[in-house]
Amino acid sequence: MDIVLNVSISLPAPHGNRRNLPGDLAMWFFILAELLVFGIFFLAYAFARTRNVELFNASQLELNKLSGAINTVLLISGSYFVVRAVDRIRHGQSRLCAHWLIAAMACGGAFLILKLVEFGTKIEAGISMSTNLFFMFYLGLGFFHFMHVVLGMVILGAVALKAWRGGYHANDYAGVETGAAYWHMVDLVWIVLFPLIYILN
Amino acid sequence: MKYKSQAVAKPYFIAAIALFLGQILFGLIMGLQYVVGDFLFPAIPFNVARMVHTNLLIVWLLFGFMGAAYYLIPEESERELHSTKLALVMFWIFLAAGVATILGYLLVPYATLAEMTGNNLLATMGREFLEQPLPTKVGIVVVALAMLYNLSITVLRGRKTAINLVMLVGLWGLAIFFLFSFYNPSNLVKDKYFWWWTVHLWVEGVWELIMGAMLAFVLIKVTGVDREVIEKWLYVIIAMALITGIIGTGHHYYWIGAPEYWQWWGSVFSALEPIPFFMMTVFAFNMVNRRRREHPNKAAVLWALGTGVMAFLGAGVWGFLHTLAPINFYTHGTQITAAHGHMAFYGAYVMVVITMISYTMPLMRGREANSPFAQVIEMWSFWLMTISMVFITLFLTAAGILQIWLQRIAEEPISFMAAQDQVALFYWMREAAGVIFLIGLLLYIASFFIKGKAATAVAT
Repeated sequence: MDIVLNVSISLPAPHGNRRNLPGDLAMWFFILAELLVFGIFFLAYAFARTRNVELFNASQLELNKLSGAINTVLLISGSYFVVRAVDRIRHGQSRLCAHWLIAAMACGGAFLILKLVEFGTKIEAGISMSTNLFFMFYLGLGFFHFMHVVLGMVILGAVALKAWRGGYHANDYAGVETGAAYWHMVDLVWIVLFPLIYILN
Repeated sequence: MKYKSQAVAKPYFIAAIALFLGQILFGLIMGLQYVVGDFLFPAIPFNVARMVHTNLLIVWLLFGFMGAAYYLIPEESERELHSTKLALVMFWIFLAAGVATILGYLLVPYATLAEMTGNNLLATMGREFLEQPLPTKVGIVVVALAMLYNLSITVLRGRKTAINLVMLVGLWGLAIFFLFSFYNPSNLVKDKYFWWWTVHLWVEGVWELIMGAMLAFVLIKVTGVDREVIEKWLYVIIAMALITGIIGTGHHYYWIGAPEYWQWWGSVFSALEPIPFFMMTVFAFNMVNRRRREHPNKAAVLWALGTGVMAFLGAGVWGFLHTLAPINFYTHGTQITAAHGHMAFYGAYVMVVITMISYTMPLMRGREANSPFAQVIEMWSFWLMTISMVFITLFLTAAGILQIWLQRIAEEPISFMAAQDQVALFYWMREAAGVIFLIGLLLYIASFFIKGKAATAVAT
């Protein structure tokens, strides 16, 4: 009996009249456009790499894989926390929702710090976007994604603030889903970017 | 018209149309000079005609944007304009400065004009599109700041909507990026690099916000579709326009001495610049299809739809044609650029200003819409101008392709001037299309003077 109860508690709250798309349609347009930009860049990277395999492999060895791996864990954890936040608001628990969102933002913040340290050591070593094609992609795409993490944190911050003030309810939380969708996009892009640039050899 | 002060837009629009006519006349003079080199020489040399043609375009579009802002901001903010008098004073200052500048170009040799106007104090002249003498540039800043003060106060004290905020941000951006026209480093690479911060970040950045706001405003009015729906579209469109447009500046940095990585960044981001324009087309048609009323001003609806289509073709498709670095390597600085420039400016900015004029002018003259006959004439002018612009673009594109081949690809490439001789046929055809465009514009102007019983709303 206890087990059954536990299971039922951890199930997401029922949402009867489920819309087809969580969050705001406009955000999905935006996400698709963002994915298109990154997608084209990933293709460009692949194209450039096939023409300069040795250069790319040699340059890749200079990257800090550990820092990249920790950052991956951070973003995935952040995404999990965002999932928890959406789950809490479905139960009408605004404060808990805000807490989880802040936890996700903390992950984002840690990501930004690690990334800055990583870029800092590269710049100290005299590496720039003009060093070679590989570092052009590494620094350029990395910075572009960095700015998306910043934007994602701003969005989560706005949602957390509104949640804290009780602006969402168990049957009215599209704003939380909208922010969550954007954050997952930022995470998703990194999950492709990390193996592509740091690992794939 | 809901507020009296909105009427201040009227002189701005009238001046805009008058200067538009001047722009087209000089375009025709210049078009003829392409094939009859000494036409009107030495009275109006080619370089002067070109300067007048492009500067008049910029100035009349600015008049159009300002008029649109003075009309739209009070209505959206639901209050009178902060100061009608200030707006009127600025109108006369701007008109005087604009006319004096054009007369200066025409009557005095450019070097003398530079000497007379203090270019030795702060050298800003002699750069394409930013040829204005120093006092004119300062005048533009003063007029823009006074306008921004006037409009910002109005918005701050009134209702804030997506439309008036986007419009205001666009206008602030316009003023801020114009400041780079005062920065003229002696290093040629840096000069060009920052020159684009005015030129590119205007037309492929902040002007798109102004355009989006104007189009959204007119669409709300003529279709009666919910503001919420239209504003959401507006946000998505301008977000895309800024993301692609700002880094898209890189497509001007391929061959000027800027770092090589701009070939990647410029290519990828500017390749996506058609997306917001395509969204604008879908947006316009979608809203008109979902309309909840039949607005009696059919001409305004036609201009709004035309803006969507022509902006996408001119800015989106013709821009994409030559934006990728490997292609641009061959096409830069050829008639392909001229083809794109013509259709993009017409499709995006000329048409959106006329959309706004078409919608607001009857209201400012005390009727919801012009008489059916006046509208028929206006729609004729729409088709004449639009179709002739399509042909101008096609002829210039053909000239451009031929030019690239002769000058840059052929086994034995020939010089620029020799290549120009070879493509003369297309320049003649372009000139003929230009004459049709002028006829369209004259019809457009005539449509304002046609009287008759005003059209009235039809309930659906």
